[in-house]
Amino acid sequence: MNVYVILKQTFDTEEKIVIQNGKVAEDGVKFVINPYDEYAVEEAIRLKEQSGGIVTVVSVGPERSAEALRTALAMGADEAVLISDDRIPADEFVVSGVLAAYFTDKSYDLILGGNFSVDNGAGQVAVRLAELLGIPHISSIIKLEPSGGSAAVRRDAEGDLEVLEVSLPALFTAQQGLNEPRYPSLPGIMKAKKKPFQQLSLDDLDVHTGALEPKTSQVELFLPPARQAGQILQGDIPAQAAKLVELLRTQSKAI
Amino acid sequence: MSRTYLIIAEHRDGKLRQVALEALQAAVIASGDGDSLSAVVLGSQLDSLAGELSSYPLSDIHVIEHDSLIHYNAEAYLAALSPVLDSVQPDAVFTGHTAIGRDLAPAIAAKLQAGQLSDVIAIEPSDGQIVYTRPLYAGKAFEKKIVQDSRSVVTVRPNNIPAAQPTEGHQARIIKVDTPANSLRTVVKEVVRKTSGKVDLTEAKIIVSGGRGVKSADGFKPLEELAGLLGGAVGASRGACDAGYCDYGLQIGQTGKVVTPEIYIACGISGAIQHLAGMSQSRIIIAINKDPEAPIFKIADYGIVGDLFEVVPLLTREFRKVLG
Repeated sequence: MNVYVILKQTFDTEEKIVIQNGKVAEDGVKFVINPYDEYAVEEAIRLKEQSGGIVTVVSVGPERSAEALRTALAMGADEAVLISDDRIPADEFVVSGVLAAYFTDKSYDLILGGNFSVDNGAGQVAVRLAELLGIPHISSIIKLEPSGGSAAVRRDAEGDLEVLEVSLPALFTAQQGLNEPRYPSLPGIMKAKKKPFQQLSLDDLDVHTGALEPKTSQVELFLPPARQAGQILQGDIPAQAAKLVELLRTQSKAI
Repeated sequence: MSRTYLIIAEHRDGKLRQVALEALQAAVIASGDGDSLSAVVLGSQLDSLAGELSSYPLSDIHVIEHDSLIHYNAEAYLAALSPVLDSVQPDAVFTGHTAIGRDLAPAIAAKLQAGQLSDVIAIEPSDGQIVYTRPLYAGKAFEKKIVQDSRSVVTVRPNNIPAAQPTEGHQARIIKVDTPANSLRTVVKEVVRKTSGKVDLTEAKIIVSGGRGVKSADGFKPLEELAGLLGGAVGASRGACDAGYCDYGLQIGQTGKVVTPEIYIACGISGAIQHLAGMSQSRIIIAINKDPEAPIFKIADYGIVGDLFEVVPLLTREFRKVLG
């Protein structure tokens, strides 16, 4: 089976955000594979271990994204592709178009991605890609069982569980609970260094100029106002509980 | 030049979802004189729903009824929407940032070659542009965005934009739309409603949330009792989910859901950065934790230092007194 995983490198979720010169500062930040994409990588590797095939991880992003792809190779993916080019703006319309151009001449049974990225959080690129490729998509999956030309899927829909079947090729986005991603082993890290790693620019892909015009643009970036610590209630616990309910009524007018 | 707006109105258990009216209000804010607003509803037996919608400021309501639309199916919904998108030719499509909206909107955006603004929390017209505010890093930062000269798709986060109000005496035109016959590659076999009768986490006004401090699946019981009394929902931290005390569907944080309720009650949650990202925009935060040094107290409006298994039942008792 031919499985592709599209992934993005993101800040670790324990990082604080600092804005410098109108941009999010990246100095000293720990980068990781977007946690939702990591489930997708793990799932692809498990499918390969069960029934063979090739797992290719693909990322559109800055040069630093190579590290995330190498981590995926160390986990067990077979090949990596980094599409990096300053002419690609951070706009979901453009990024999905670039990916679609990459996939034009590829053959695939499954494309996996994350439910959303923990940085931008828009959750658009994977679903847009499926639409551009004309294949069905199922997002937020927590179970995936391909067999023959179709796949049985379980999907989390705001806490409800949906059981679906879809014909392949199809695109899926991973939700928490799909699996428990492995850590790269030392032999895995060593092997990853010898695995095929392809770097592409726009010159290698057939993307027309109109497709590089972003559809949206940022006019302001700001941090939310810092929350102040409020009051720690005093007294014995029953008195504190009564006080809290009273404050919610009188001070906060919340109930 | 007049513009057209299309609202995909989501419903659940035969009722319009609150977020559908919030998406409609977003379109009302974005629109100007002479613009037209249309809505579309998909499902089966939608007469009363369409009737309810018709008093809102809409020119027409497209009603698409078919058995294949009873449960959400991305492919079936997209195919059914296609003739409406063709006839309305919307400049902008608005819907909720919900399980359905998150899944459907990017596909529509791709189809329309539109820009999409996801998870929008505020909309304001400014100098002839519409400015959309949305979170980054789950709310550790925010950005304001505009759409370049193109069509747009907007998903709005529940609980952030006021709901649209009905217009007295108004009657929108109801248009029944046929579903095109097509063979679907995706089949919904079964839907297990685990949330029936429960308040949706992202739409909840009050959330009672548990962390590692709840110690077990059973430990969530006092939290459920309090949430039930307050008409709220139960949430959890990543720690509680990773420990297997609850479903990942309850997780609040940078991974998981971002929530903005009126009252957030954090029980046995220390307050890791990734959790704070998902809840610190709540109006009132209450922290209950045994550890007085827990970071959650630094952002809480009210804190009680104590064992949640002692505090939560007492709180439930006090609320019960007040609420009768």
